Amino acid sequence: MSAPLTECLLRTIDEHYSLQDYQSDISPRWCTGCGDNGILTAVQRLCRDEQLPPEKTVFVSGIGCSSRLPHYMNAYGFHGLHGRALPVAEGIKMRRPDLHVFVSTGDGDCCSIGAAHWIHAIRYNMNMTVLLHDNQVYGLTKKQASPTSPRGLKSNTTPSGTWLDPINPLTTSLGVANVSFIAQAVDWIPELLYDIIEQAYRHKGFSLVRILQRCPEFLPTLFDPWVRNPASTRLLVHEDGIQLSAALSKTYRNQEVHDPGNIHRAREVSSLTEEIPVGILYRDDDVPCYEDLREGERPNTPGLVRTVLDEEFDKFTIWPEEQPTDAAN
Amino acid sequence: MEIIPAEIQPPARSIAGASGNRIRLASERVTNGGDGADLVIAFNEQVLLSRVRANELNQDCIILLEDKWRTDQDADIAAAYATVCDELTASGYRLHEVPMEEECLKLVPDPRRGKNMFALGMLCSIYSMDLELAREQVRFTFRKKDEKITLRNIELLEAGWNWAKANLDIKFTIPASRPREPQIVVNGNTALALGVVASGMEVCAMYPITPATSASHYLSEIFEKVGCVVHQAEDEIAACAFAVGASYAGKCALTITSGPGLSLKQEVIGLAVMSEIPLVVIDVQRGGPSTGQPTKVEQGDLFAAMFGGHGDAPKIVMAASTIEDCFYSVITARKIAETFNMVVVVLTDASLATAQQPFPRPHFSEQWLAPPVDQSAIASGARPYDWDPKTGLATRFIPGQPNGMHCLTGLAHDRDSHVAYDPDINQEGIRHRGLKLAAFQKTLKAPALFGGEEGDLLLVGWGSTKGAIEEAVTRLREEGQAVSAMHFKFLQPMASGIEDVLHRFKKVMTIENNWCDQFDDGLIDGENRRYTALAMLLRSRFLVDVDCWGEVRGQPIKPGTIATVARDAMNGMR
Repeated sequence: MSAPLTECLLRTIDEHYSLQDYQSDISPRWCTGCGDNGILTAVQRLCRDEQLPPEKTVFVSGIGCSSRLPHYMNAYGFHGLHGRALPVAEGIKMRRPDLHVFVSTGDGDCCSIGAAHWIHAIRYNMNMTVLLHDNQVYGLTKKQASPTSPRGLKSNTTPSGTWLDPINPLTTSLGVANVSFIAQAVDWIPELLYDIIEQAYRHKGFSLVRILQRCPEFLPTLFDPWVRNPASTRLLVHEDGIQLSAALSKTYRNQEVHDPGNIHRAREVSSLTEEIPVGILYRDDDVPCYEDLREGERPNTPGLVRTVLDEEFDKFTIWPEEQPTDAAN
Repeated sequence: MEIIPAEIQPPARSIAGASGNRIRLASERVTNGGDGADLVIAFNEQVLLSRVRANELNQDCIILLEDKWRTDQDADIAAAYATVCDELTASGYRLHEVPMEEECLKLVPDPRRGKNMFALGMLCSIYSMDLELAREQVRFTFRKKDEKITLRNIELLEAGWNWAKANLDIKFTIPASRPREPQIVVNGNTALALGVVASGMEVCAMYPITPATSASHYLSEIFEKVGCVVHQAEDEIAACAFAVGASYAGKCALTITSGPGLSLKQEVIGLAVMSEIPLVVIDVQRGGPSTGQPTKVEQGDLFAAMFGGHGDAPKIVMAASTIEDCFYSVITARKIAETFNMVVVVLTDASLATAQQPFPRPHFSEQWLAPPVDQSAIASGARPYDWDPKTGLATRFIPGQPNGMHCLTGLAHDRDSHVAYDPDINQEGIRHRGLKLAAFQKTLKAPALFGGEEGDLLLVGWGSTKGAIEEAVTRLREEGQAVSAMHFKFLQPMASGIEDVLHRFKKVMTIENNWCDQFDDGLIDGENRRYTALAMLLRSRFLVDVDCWGEVRGQPIKPGTIATVARDAMNGMR
């Protein structure tokens, strides 16, 4: 009846996915030193550690440097339109809860051209992991200011510096109804980047991780003050959030015990300008997912379609009158 | 057919605020809204004026007009009423002032609720209808309400019947032809929604827009019963992207919209074309450009449907010509979309959306439905865009299929779905996506001719004008004119054999509800004239001197108007 033990063992070994199983045959074309490389590594590690079957995993993206990520994953990828990754991902998840859905988007993709979708995606709270690669500049179109660029940033479209304060993706997200998971990571602390993405993946609902990443080509020094001074990074630690290794704890002494259930403190911490908070800002496991709310009671089957159509046709049908003359003849 | 004002609560007694229904009765099958009205019931003289000014009434039309305004306390209103009555009588209309309000007040405290039943009673009497049948319909309509409400409405119905019998010397008898097969009576938007259910599509993503939305209203009522979803997205773009996502993940999905929404969706439609994701887009056309005339009919989106996006993006465009066709078009569209991995745009319009017309009750077939989502393993070595050199077709890989992993992209890509900037690869991709259109075209038959196989004049149309054009042709042929009609279901691609048909007539002319320049405008000549959309397509494809006639009055084109246009055209030939 049962398969021989060796066969079972072989199968187990066979189905164990290694890091290479998530690497596509295209090697990343991001610039040397680009933060996207670190994000890709963290995501591949996560897939390996969670043993996600590549055929059941979908990476969706928009347009921009960030959005090249699906090409470098050995999984299903959907590299679509500028700003529209989220509605595409929602459509994928809607009828396919069995698929693991990840979204890679950038500060221009998410917070500018796709801003409407970003706000509503938080509200739908569909179960997916969204990585907001925020380098605070448009890279692929060659250095224009983005909505998250710091005020005064000189770029090709703002040669004398930007005039406006940036959008804060964290506080904005934390203001939207049904928000269920908001976190922030930085590319220069890969250990935490991984931990945070892992928690985002494990959260059931819409998990948004804003990742501050360096653009070595156009803004090579933008994050230097934070990279060089660990004290300016505030690590948010909690038993329900991130826990630090001894080594990390020693380097980054600016720590705050922050309960991810506390949305008010999350908003305060998100508003910090001098310091960069890193960790899980907010998590609520009880927010229902849209795909669950909209799940049909019965599966769509030919029999059901026939029954419902007939019921509906009955409402609109004029039946021919009895024609007794025919019968009499 | 419904007459719908743009506002939810238009100001009372305003010319622009007319709302109502047009009913055409005949002993034979009615295929269109017909010409001017022979009889009209109006609750005030101002809304009636809008119909008069729009030439919607026949010259000797009978008018039954609410008379309470004659004695209105507001002297201006009373005077306006008297003036209009005089004008109507002087114009030759047969005006009857009816104390509808007064009669209804005998039965109900608020005649605004119930005057319609009184009017229905009058109509039943005038058209010699079976009053018991009307009672039955009233009972059915109010079946979920209190018994008292049903009784009150029947009293009002009977009051109208009795009043007309006692006071009006107008009587028509239009014998009904009883169908032998069960018929269903729905409007075009309801038919679309039923078609969606019957097509096996499981996701409809939409954003509210007139006049498409009522299809989604009805679909929202019934779609969950078959385990499916109407998703109201945050905008038109998201609706289309959501449908593309759902379709990519397995079963073909649809988005339904109207002109402005179609404009917004174009970029996503282009993505679906580029990445070969099946998608059904329904466009219930309205007057354009811009916000245009949201509640009025127009056939102005043909080019937007065919060529709306940037770049070379071949897609299939079809148009429903009847209410029944609205139902079956959706089923057909889904099937084509999934067979060819293409975008299929189905065009209907505001006229089909709200008009009702009986058609044979469909017999459900499992063939209508989509097969289950394929989750079998992809053969090793298979490529996601392995275009067949002859047909351009490639087998789609669906997430969940082992060995099918690839990154779909809106960038130019090779057979492995790898981004490619190689000149040959871009050329190859565009060629194969276009070839699919030709492969599909080979399955089409030229539309059948209505009338004769050759003759003096061929009228060509598409969409909701079919009934009116064919009625005009019937009238003209009865006059002995050699006129025929050809009606297109598929606009892109067009079937083979059409050119041959065009050459069999001395003159070919399209009749469309979209704009064309007329030579009586001084600046217009042969070198700058803009043609209606279909005429332009036929001219460019077949190099035949196709003429055209179009109007954009926001009204369905009348058979009488078409007959006049055709007569003029033939006079011009002699």
